[in-house]
Amino acid sequence: MADLPDASTCYELLARMALIRRFEEEAGRQYQRAKAGGFLHLAIGEEATIVGTTSVMREEDFLIGTYRTHGHAIARGTEPKRVMAELFGRVDGTSGGRGGSMHIFDAEKRFMGGYGIVGGNLPIAAGLALASQYKGEDAVTVCMFGDGASNTGNFGETMNLAALWTLPVLFLVENNLYGMGTSIERHSAQTDLSKKAEGYGIPGRRIDGMDVIAVREGVAEGLRLAREEERPTLLEAFTYRYRGHSAADPEVYREREEVDEWRQKDPIETFAKRCVEAGVLGEREVKQAREAADEAVEAAVEFADDSPEPALDTMYENLYAVTDPGGWYAVDERSPEPHRGEQEEQMPAAARELAEAGAAYAGREEGPRPNPAIQGDAQEGSAHRVGDHGEPVNAEEGERDEADAAKPDDEAEADEVAEAEDAT
Amino acid sequence: MAEMRMREALRDAMAEEMRRDEAVFVMGEDVGVFQGAFKVTEGLLDEFGERRVRDTPISENTIVGAGVGAAMGGLRPIVELMTVNFSLLALDQIVNHAAAIPYMFNGQAQVPMVIRMPGGGGHQLGPTHSHSFEALYLQVPGLLVACPSTPADAKALLKAAIRDDNPVIFIEHESLYGAKGEVPDGEGEPLHFGEAAVRREGSDVTIIGLLKMAQVAEEAAQKLAEEHGVQAEVIDPRTLRPLDLDTILASVRKTNRAVIVEEGWPHGGVGANLSTLITEQAFDDLDAPVQRVTGADVHMPYSKRLEQAAIPHSEHVVSAALATLEGSL
Ligand SMILES: Cc1ncc(C[n+]2csc(CCOP(=O)(O)OP(=O)(O)O)c2C)c(N)n1
Ligand SMILES: [Mg+2]
Repeated sequence: MADLPDASTCYELLARMALIRRFEEEAGRQYQRAKAGGFLHLAIGEEATIVGTTSVMREEDFLIGTYRTHGHAIARGTEPKRVMAELFGRVDGTSGGRGGSMHIFDAEKRFMGGYGIVGGNLPIAAGLALASQYKGEDAVTVCMFGDGASNTGNFGETMNLAALWTLPVLFLVENNLYGMGTSIERHSAQTDLSKKAEGYGIPGRRIDGMDVIAVREGVAEGLRLAREEERPTLLEAFTYRYRGHSAADPEVYREREEVDEWRQKDPIETFAKRCVEAGVLGEREVKQAREAADEAVEAAVEFADDSPEPALDTMYENLYAVTDPGGWYAVDERSPEPHRGEQEEQMPAAARELAEAGAAYAGREEGPRPNPAIQGDAQEGSAHRVGDHGEPVNAEEGERDEADAAKPDDEAEADEVAEAEDAT
Repeated sequence: MAEMRMREALRDAMAEEMRRDEAVFVMGEDVGVFQGAFKVTEGLLDEFGERRVRDTPISENTIVGAGVGAAMGGLRPIVELMTVNFSLLALDQIVNHAAAIPYMFNGQAQVPMVIRMPGGGGHQLGPTHSHSFEALYLQVPGLLVACPSTPADAKALLKAAIRDDNPVIFIEHESLYGAKGEVPDGEGEPLHFGEAAVRREGSDVTIIGLLKMAQVAEEAAQKLAEEHGVQAEVIDPRTLRPLDLDTILASVRKTNRAVIVEEGWPHGGVGANLSTLITEQAFDDLDAPVQRVTGADVHMPYSKRLEQAAIPHSEHVVSAALATLEGSL
C-alpha cells in the first residue's frame, strides 16, 4: 500500500471527500422536497475516485465528466453553493439555471462540464487536448466517464483519434459496475475495461477507485505520461455508487448484500481510519472535516434558496454570441409580437401562465392564428408545388382554440412528470 | 474582379483566414493529402502543413466533437464533413453539444467553429448521397446556417463564418463547386450573415431560392419575363439563420405574391417555415397563397430520369409563379 502524503494533504483529501458526500446526501433530500427538479444522479461512494483524480491535477488542466458530476465540480474548487443553486435552477447556479444537475460547468476552474449524453464528452475531451497541444500549452485534459459509456461509438472513435494524434489526455472510466440497471457482465463483452482501448493503441491500467491514495498515484502517472510523453492512457477505477442510478431507482438489479459489501470499503471511513491509525490525523481533525462539510452544505442550501429564479426576459440570453455588429441574430422570427420569455412580464396573466406551464406556443390574446390546415403532401414522383394537387388550401375555421391547444392538462402533466422521473 | 469557381473561392477564404489567424485550422476526412473529396481544400496542406490541415479518421461524431472541444479550448476549427449525408452521424455533437453548449453553460463557453458540408442531388448518387438538410439545421437554435449560391458569396460568407463566435453550419452545393463567378480581388470583406441578395428586381411576384435553387429561380424569372411578360423579383437569402426576413417581406409587400424554391423535402422544409413567416407577417399584402416548390417527398432515386423529376426545375417555378397570378394576368 502506498504511503500517505503529509498531514495537510491528508486533511484536504478527507475534507473534500466528506464535503462531496454531505453535498450529495443533502441534494438527495432537497430533491425529495422537490427543490431540485429533473433527474438527480448522486455519486455517493465514488468520492475517492473523484477527489483522488482532481487532487493531483494542475490548475491549468481540464476536467470533463458526465451527468454525475456535482462532486467533480466541487472537487475542482467550485463553491458548493453554486452547484446547489444550479440544482435549484436559480440565477446563482453554475449555469444560471440553464443546465441543471446534469450540466454543471465552471470555466474558471476548468471544469468543462457536465454532459447529459452518455459518451458525448469523449470527443470533446480530445478536442480540448488538441487545443492545448496546438497552442503548445502544458495542460492535460482528464476525461471521466462510466463503464456504460465505454460501449458507445464515441469511445472507439475517440481512443483512436487520441492515440493517432498523441493527444495529452487521460481517460478515466469510473467503473461502478452498472450502466443504470445493467451490470457490466450484461453490457460489455470485455469486462476488463482497462483492455478495451489496447487495440487502439491506448494502454490501460486498473486501480482501486475506493482508495484515494491509489487513485492519486494512478492518475499522477497518467498525467505525467500525457504531459511529458503525449501518451494517452486509460485508467479503470473500480468504484461503486451506494444510491440508485438516479433518485427514484428501485434497484431491482442488485442485492442489498452487494451494496453492504462495498460500504465496508467506504472511501471516507477507510481513509479516515488509516490516517488516524498512522497518526497523521487525530480524531479531532476527522470530526472537524465532517463539521466543516455540514456547515458548507447547510450554507449552500440557504444560498440556493435565497437565489432568485431566472427572469423570463433572460430566456434568450447566451443562445448566440453576438460579435458581428453588422449582422443580426433574431432568434424568433415568428411575428413582431412578444414570444415566450421576451416580454411576458408585461403580457396578460393567462398568456404568461401558459408560458410558465411550458406551452410550446404561448400565443397572443388576439391576432392572427397559425393555420393548421396547410399541409401539402407530395404527389407522384415529381418535384412539386406543395398544395398543388387540387385540394383547396383553405384555412379551415380553426376549431381548436389556440390557447386550449397549447395548454397542457395541468394536473395530468404534473403527475406524468413525477412518474417519468427516472427514465434516464 | 476575377472569375473563379466556387471551390476556389472557398479555398481562398480558408487560406486567407488561416494566414490571418493562427487559431484557424481545418480538419476532416481526406482534406489533406487527398486535397478534399471535392478538392475544396486543394493546396492547403502544402501551404499550412499537417498541424493545421488535419486528415481525420472516418469518425464523424468524433471529428465534430473534437472541433467542439478545440473551439472551447480557444481554437477556431473548420470541420469539413465529406457530405451533408454523413453529418447525420454527427448530429449528436452538432445539436446536443455544439449548439447547446453556449446556452446550457450560460455563456461560459463558446463554440466558434464552422462545419462545412456539401449536399444536394443531381449526380445520380442515390438515396444516401443526395440530401438537402438546410431545414434540419435551420431548426436548431444556437446554430447559424449559411447556404451560398455564388463564388463571391461563398467566399465572403465563409470568411464571416470563420470569424464568427457561433457554431456555423455551412452548406455547399455539390453542383455549384464548378460554377464560375466574379469574385472581388484581394482578400475582400466578409459578408454579414442575415443579408439577403436581390438578384433581380421585379414587381409581379417574389421568388425566393437558395443554393442551386437560387440559380433555378433566376432561370425561371428569365422565362417568366420572356414568355409571359411577368416581372419576377428574385431573392437569395444567403443565410437561413439569421434570416433577412425584412428584405423578403418588403418584396412581398411590393409584389403581393411569393414562391419559395428549395431542393429539400416539403414537410417542415425551408419553404414551409418561410411561407408561415410571410403569412403571419404580411397576410394582408398577399393576393394569393404562398407557393412552395420543393424536392419530391422521396429518397433520391438513382435513375437519371427519376432523379431529374425529383429535383425542382425552372418549369416548376414558372408554373408556381403563374399560379399566384391566376386571374390577374
Ligand atoms: C446517448 C445516451 N443514451 C442513453 C442515455 C440514458 N442513460 C443515462 S445514464 C445511463 C447509464 C450510463 O452508465 P455509465 O456510463 O456506467 O455511467 P454511470 O451512470 O454508472 O455513472 C443511461 C443509459 C443517455 N443519457 N445518453
Ligand atoms: Mg456505471
